[in-house]
Amino acid sequence: MEILEFRFTSQPARQGVDAKLCGVVGSGNLEILIQPGDDARACLVAVKTSARGFGQIWEAVIAEFANRHAVGGTRIAINDMGATPAVVTLRLGQALCEYIGGVP
Amino acid sequence: MNAPCSTGDWDTRRHGRLQRLERAAALGLARRVEPGRVGELLEAVIEPGDRVCLEGNNQKQADFLADTLAECSPERLHDLHMVQSVLALPSHVDLFERGIARTLDFSFSGPQAGRLARLVKDRRIEIGAIHTYLELFGRYFVDLTPKVCLIAAHAADAAGNLYTGPNTEDTPAIVEATAFKGGIVIAQVNALVASLPRVDIPADWVDFLVVAPRPHSIEPLFTRDPAQITDVQVLMAMMAIQGIYAEYGVTRLNHGIGFDTAAIELLLPTYATELGLKGKICTHWALNPHPTLIPAIESGCVESIHCFGSEVGMENYVAARSDIFFTGADGSMRSNRAFSQTAGLYACDMFIGSTLQIDLDGNSSTATLDRITGFGGAPNMGSDPHGRRHASPAWLKAGREAGGPNAVRGRKLVVQMVETFREHMTPVFVEELDAWKLRESMGLELPPIMIYGDDVTHIVTEEGIANLLRCRTPHEREQAIRGIAGFTPAGMARDRHMVEQLRNRGVIRRAEDMGIDPRQATRDLLAARSIKDLVRWSGGLYTPPARFRNW
Repeated sequence: MEILEFRFTSQPARQGVDAKLCGVVGSGNLEILIQPGDDARACLVAVKTSARGFGQIWEAVIAEFANRHAVGGTRIAINDMGATPAVVTLRLGQALCEYIGGVP
Repeated sequence: MNAPCSTGDWDTRRHGRLQRLERAAALGLARRVEPGRVGELLEAVIEPGDRVCLEGNNQKQADFLADTLAECSPERLHDLHMVQSVLALPSHVDLFERGIARTLDFSFSGPQAGRLARLVKDRRIEIGAIHTYLELFGRYFVDLTPKVCLIAAHAADAAGNLYTGPNTEDTPAIVEATAFKGGIVIAQVNALVASLPRVDIPADWVDFLVVAPRPHSIEPLFTRDPAQITDVQVLMAMMAIQGIYAEYGVTRLNHGIGFDTAAIELLLPTYATELGLKGKICTHWALNPHPTLIPAIESGCVESIHCFGSEVGMENYVAARSDIFFTGADGSMRSNRAFSQTAGLYACDMFIGSTLQIDLDGNSSTATLDRITGFGGAPNMGSDPHGRRHASPAWLKAGREAGGPNAVRGRKLVVQMVETFREHMTPVFVEELDAWKLRESMGLELPPIMIYGDDVTHIVTEEGIANLLRCRTPHEREQAIRGIAGFTPAGMARDRHMVEQLRNRGVIRRAEDMGIDPRQATRDLLAARSIKDLVRWSGGLYTPPARFRNW
């Protein structure tokens, strides 16, 4: 188990009201909880992952997410069981759509 | 002018053939040979150094004849030159390990790829070349004509006519090349019957036949269990349908084997139909009878399919859908690999398939260091034949994107569809293909590239679609590929500014640029989510092999 924490500046997200959960903790998959954070210009991400040694790729994947979408003012918690960057990116996108109630 | 008088022999092949037949006759071997005497037959009619075609196809295998040949005496039979499209069975490789065969010209080695690589390393095999199917069939009629061919059919009648059933595959091409150039044709059949449903190979092209002790083996190579399709593959399929199929109005096409394209097949009745694309895309196919296409066929999305071979379990379904498939008067399908490959090369507007490695020029290969797999049909269908051809809207649009509005020729769409990482986080996008190292270790003139980058028009990954037709410089092309290579080292090394420019120009399109809602990208969008669903769609006509049944 490895715990990673990131903070990225990002444009403020359309305000979500409730926390939203996306995905499941299963082999090659992950669970993402997205909820309102304190800083409207930052996205805070905490990752718990079963696969050690992929910190750099996690950082790149989440940086890209925060760069492509307005996700400021969110807090994201991830429980991962070896999801590929493709799965992580897809689930982050799905979670964001759930959170803001539409396509960004 | 006095023409020089020809005094040479002009029928040595015919004489040689008669001598071989006489040797068999001297052993008391007639047209119909008992299984226990096939070894004697082979040693009588094959000579050392002969070019022999052993029918190893993509699907059906002349496995009894292959096993028997591999058990022949290396003192009697040696230095054979095998010309066969697929090296699939252990006995195919045994031939080389036992010293019966020495040289190999082939297309695909699938399950024997690892053993083949070791034989090459140990210098116990000489590989002539890795061919495409059409290229190898072509050479059967030019400089690789077999002296003897060992083929498989479903049944024979007393006269020796053969019925191949739905898996006709390579048989007509092999037999034609052998029988009409003084060669000897030996067939294994599953059964001898009083009358055949139809004649696929006439009796006078066949010299010997044996009823094999067990039916010839056949692999369900084209069955993909929908249960294994992932959400990411659904996302990629949505992008491909919207960004390529709909964009170019692709009606005539071929799909490679794999879960990526299976996902597309399963979205035709759902996502594509919701987009109003039914009848506008994917109506005419050169394709094996993929079980994952059943829902699209049943939904009326498909008009015609010509097949390279058949697929285990699909026989009854295909026979019951003769408007769609090519079937004989007897009702069963007749496939033909040579004709279907020709259709895929010249009559289709698009090929889409997967690969193991792609470099930054867009070259792709499935040959990796410890496995020499060969390529099969992909390099034929995944290439722009470039010569003159009829115009079609998809072909013209692609040609004009590449060459401007006054382009005098179109372009075939050649699409590679991959996730950026394979299993164990192995990146698909690489700076250099393993094929280059393989070129050295195999002593080849050229690296075994499957599909050349200059033929590839689009690459689809979970990160989006790169349209290489619209790249104007090699540098743009490289950045377009890096731009959809995600978080692989090749992708991370992209020029972010240039990738954004390419995206603004529509050279790179991401899912959000196509208005795709990622929440839709789940397995729920698949028309079938299990093999059992496919059986249900087929009304019980599809009977999957046991290994695909979990109920």
